[in-house]
Amino acid sequence: MMYFTWFNIIVLVLIAIGLVYKSLPILETESLYDLLFSTEWFPLKGKFGLFPFIISTLWVTGISIVIAVPLCLLCAIYLSEYAPKRILQWINPFIDILAGIPSVIFGIWGIIVIVPFVSDVVAPAFGKTSTGYCILTGGIVLSIMVFPIIIHVLLDVFSTISENLRNASLSLGATKWQTVKLVVLRKAGPGIVSAVVLGLSRAFGETLAVLMVVGNVARIPHSSFDPGYPLTALLANNYGEMLSIPMYDSALLFSSLILFVIVLIFNIISRIILHRVERSVE
Amino acid sequence: MQRKFIEERIFIVIMQIATLLIVLSLVVILASILLKGLPSMSWAMVTETPQGGYYMGKGGGVLNAIVGSLYLAGGATVIAFFMSLPVVLYLNVYRKKKSKFASFTRLCLDVLWGIPSIVYGAFAFSVMTVIGLKVSLLAGTFTVALLIIPIMIRAMDEVIRTTPQGLLDASYSLGATRFETAFKVVIKQGMPGIITAILISFGRGVGDAASVMFTAGYSDYVPESLSNPVATLPLAIFFQLSTPIHEVQQRAYASALILTIIILAISLGTRFITKRYLKNKIL
Repeated sequence: MMYFTWFNIIVLVLIAIGLVYKSLPILETESLYDLLFSTEWFPLKGKFGLFPFIISTLWVTGISIVIAVPLCLLCAIYLSEYAPKRILQWINPFIDILAGIPSVIFGIWGIIVIVPFVSDVVAPAFGKTSTGYCILTGGIVLSIMVFPIIIHVLLDVFSTISENLRNASLSLGATKWQTVKLVVLRKAGPGIVSAVVLGLSRAFGETLAVLMVVGNVARIPHSSFDPGYPLTALLANNYGEMLSIPMYDSALLFSSLILFVIVLIFNIISRIILHRVERSVE
Repeated sequence: MQRKFIEERIFIVIMQIATLLIVLSLVVILASILLKGLPSMSWAMVTETPQGGYYMGKGGGVLNAIVGSLYLAGGATVIAFFMSLPVVLYLNVYRKKKSKFASFTRLCLDVLWGIPSIVYGAFAFSVMTVIGLKVSLLAGTFTVALLIIPIMIRAMDEVIRTTPQGLLDASYSLGATRFETAFKVVIKQGMPGIITAILISFGRGVGDAASVMFTAGYSDYVPESLSNPVATLPLAIFFQLSTPIHEVQQRAYASALILTIIILAISLGTRFITKRYLKNKIL
């Protein structure tokens, strides 16, 4: 049984080693700075600037977090502090089901609902024209995909806060909302940060849903209504084909190494915070 | 009324709206998939494989993808189960529940759980090129298994962790070994958790596309051996949607409806089973 346990730890290490090993060729020929910050993406000429893709990824993720965090925070506070048990029992299954829906379904829904919504309603409202296949659409679809994980972690965090603290505040004459604002949210600070970071890393690595709605044009987007081309979409569209082009394979695996490293750092930070929060309760 | 009470009222309303929005988003997703998919649903979609000229709008269905997805997720779930159960038992019975090693393992599993499935796909594909494995059901199954092992372990662990220590001690005091305790007491106690974990992982396996994109390939036939490439539902949806032909796009919506129904059935099944098994659980 111990070997099975070690297996998982080893898999993690193997993925890291594999990706680093495969990206070494490109790192030897091009400087890290050029790879990360050059905007020239011409694989046939041997130019592999990943900057447009990195920017798209950051932009889409940013929008999704800006939409998701306030909504999830409000929802989680309501569910943990105010909602009667009956409502909780109704809403929990909804969140579970939302968590189980495959990304391709989110993508299709994005095409059916969000793309026309953005091109017909949102873009004209800002005085712009857009096909709807753009960064904003990707961000909206992603934000809904990260709802379940953020809410789930937030609810866990709120449940670790001792009831005594709340009672102490209430007995001093604070309203429930004041208690939430001044006691619960402060105490939950680190936990909230890690919930957001986990949501971020989810959004960061999401592939198919974003790929379907974001437009996939390898140029630096200038507004949220421009199409983008996130790293994951780049991988999904190109990896596995055209590997005869020298260095292409290595460049693509380097982009997945970037994803891996960022997600790894995000996850380790937030999980360590959460483990601490949990331990402080025990 | 005092200001603090007004503030509270306002925020309660805002919070209720936020909660409603989140619930509504799911309803809207399901409704729009249903409305778009239903008109082009037919028996042929679920009972036939693509006929000649299917991608030009001729007859056939996506049976290849449905069966492919079920094979792939089923195989991966079985592999993952046999890899996960020992780990869960080891962490909870053989090691002290809060030992450093156990929490380190949990950290690693959480990190693995967070790695995007496309990275698993890319990694698996580059391993395949090294060992000379072609895109196939076998390669896809292993990749998906790798993806769902952390999910399954953590889901089982959540429940098995709550096994009361007293129950373990009672079993030891009757002279049972750790092995007997693990398999006869802990597993029985954790049954609802184990079944939930299996179903959740299966659902994840059916729905994931990015990991099988490079590893399982695509085929218009139902696979006959492990070395055949295999179609999966999410990819079938994706490919049909990217064709310019209206008929085929309509079928993508129908395929999305099929996938949604499968996932919903798994979700509801999980709830049902958990409720039934919770009745005979000692808390």
